Amino acid sequence: MQPRFLRGFWKLTWLETKIFTREPMGFVATLVMPLVLFIALGRAFGVAKPVAAPEVDIPFNVAILAAVLIALSAVQSLVAIISIYREGGILKRLRATPLSPVTIMGAQVVVKLAFTVISLSLLMLAGRRLFPGIRQVNVFSFTAAVLLSTFSILSLGFVIASLVPTARFAQPVGAAVLYPMLAVSGLFFPVDRLPRAVRTLAYLFPTTHAVALLNGVWDGSGWGAHWVNVAGLLVLFAAYTALSTRVFRWE
Amino acid sequence: MIPVIAVSNLGKRYGRTVAVDNVSLEVFEGEIFGLIGPNGAGKTTTMECVEGNRVPDKGTISVLGLDPRRDANALRQRIGVQHQEAHLQKRIKVWEAVDLWRSLYTRVVDADALLTRLGLESKRDSWFMNLSGGQKQRLFIALALIHEPEVVFLDELTTGLDPQARRAIWGLVTGIRDRGTTVFLTTHLMEEAERLCDRVAIIEHGRLIEMGTPDDLVQKHCPERTVVFTSDDANVTERMQGLGTVERVEGSSATYTIRGAGDDFVTDVINVIAREGIRVRGFRTEIPTLEDVFLKLTGHGIRD
Repeated sequence: MQPRFLRGFWKLTWLETKIFTREPMGFVATLVMPLVLFIALGRAFGVAKPVAAPEVDIPFNVAILAAVLIALSAVQSLVAIISIYREGGILKRLRATPLSPVTIMGAQVVVKLAFTVISLSLLMLAGRRLFPGIRQVNVFSFTAAVLLSTFSILSLGFVIASLVPTARFAQPVGAAVLYPMLAVSGLFFPVDRLPRAVRTLAYLFPTTHAVALLNGVWDGSGWGAHWVNVAGLLVLFAAYTALSTRVFRWE
Repeated sequence: MIPVIAVSNLGKRYGRTVAVDNVSLEVFEGEIFGLIGPNGAGKTTTMECVEGNRVPDKGTISVLGLDPRRDANALRQRIGVQHQEAHLQKRIKVWEAVDLWRSLYTRVVDADALLTRLGLESKRDSWFMNLSGGQKQRLFIALALIHEPEVVFLDELTTGLDPQARRAIWGLVTGIRDRGTTVFLTTHLMEEAERLCDRVAIIEHGRLIEMGTPDDLVQKHCPERTVVFTSDDANVTERMQGLGTVERVEGSSATYTIRGAGDDFVTDVINVIAREGIRVRGFRTEIPTLEDVFLKLTGHGIRD
């Protein structure tokens, strides 16, 4: 006897994947936008400090920005889908079947993570071709860090999806929560230079830990040196998931 | 007879609003039972409590001998539901939805046969968003029937459909009953209730105010019968004396409206016409409907 949450899980996941690819706008936003941004900004600012010229001042690491944007667009897309599904009674209808609530949400998460990997792969392929000479980063380690970050930020996405009153507000509410998070994540200026209150707040956002971990993987210091951020992502995942199970609305 | 659904003293409030107030009812095997009343009367809340998709504040519910909350998983394999104004993913194909639903239940019917029965075989590859209102509802009926449930719940099945699509759906619902499945439906359309339901319960402001077969309710609350006919005969009024009240409307030929009560009234009028040899050019009877019953019981029309 298979566990209850597996009943229909892969079928629903595959179905949601197909449905997602049939939506041209969502598809473009997820796969193409971060890539375009990466290439444009990469050309303007350089992808990261070249190893040979550490004194060159570059405003931020474009590769990490693009990776975080991929994660955020996955979260935006999750919030939009859940609010549309809720408003249309789709969540309610799915929940009235033998599907477990974990399955219904888990399928969405798996689809988002899968597209995150695809999008990130495109990004890395483009990076290799367009920006030769950038530091060789451990691709698997970087991908794993992006996936862990996305996973953690998605749990916050469920909290946002609970707050969004109707599908119309999914985009603005999502953006209003996610982009300030990005601003204080340490990507543009160091977190420890932020005012004390903002700094405390920043550590409650998964993006801050995500950026620190990705920076660590990028500069070669690795996961061990950033175990605090890994723990931060996991703890925030647990906390946001617990919160969303309390506040989540199915209709 | 053992009821398939037994509800007693059901209560549910949302904040300070009482949605369902002390509702008790029983639904028996093989019947179409309709919960009727205006929008916001508490029909959907009652139905969702019975399905196990909403937690009541008070009362007990038994469906097929199971508790809808405690035995939710077991019950879901044995009941089928259709929600009011429901949707599916815009770009899900008809066959994909049927296929997903089929994978969730232990005992299922043949997908193609079901789609054919519901007239959806040519829509197998269509996206949900491209279906008409009637096709969407038929798909939801298909999803509700995919596991040969013993009880089907249909919530405002034909709201928003044109008359033709509505009639097609009515045919399907009686077909479900004829195959032995018990149907529990809600509607605010009295004509629909009258056509489909073996028994109805009228609910208003969360309270169940009357229950019975549509015929019995009409007989009990609205026994008045009316016969309207046109005739050139000048002495109709005195000839009909003693049968009921007679009103005369003058026109190019006079129209007579005769009001009375009881089952024999119409026959009595016909007998008088025949015996007296009254020449009649037009003749119709007006028999009250559930709509009239509702009006009488609540003091206002269903669409108020």
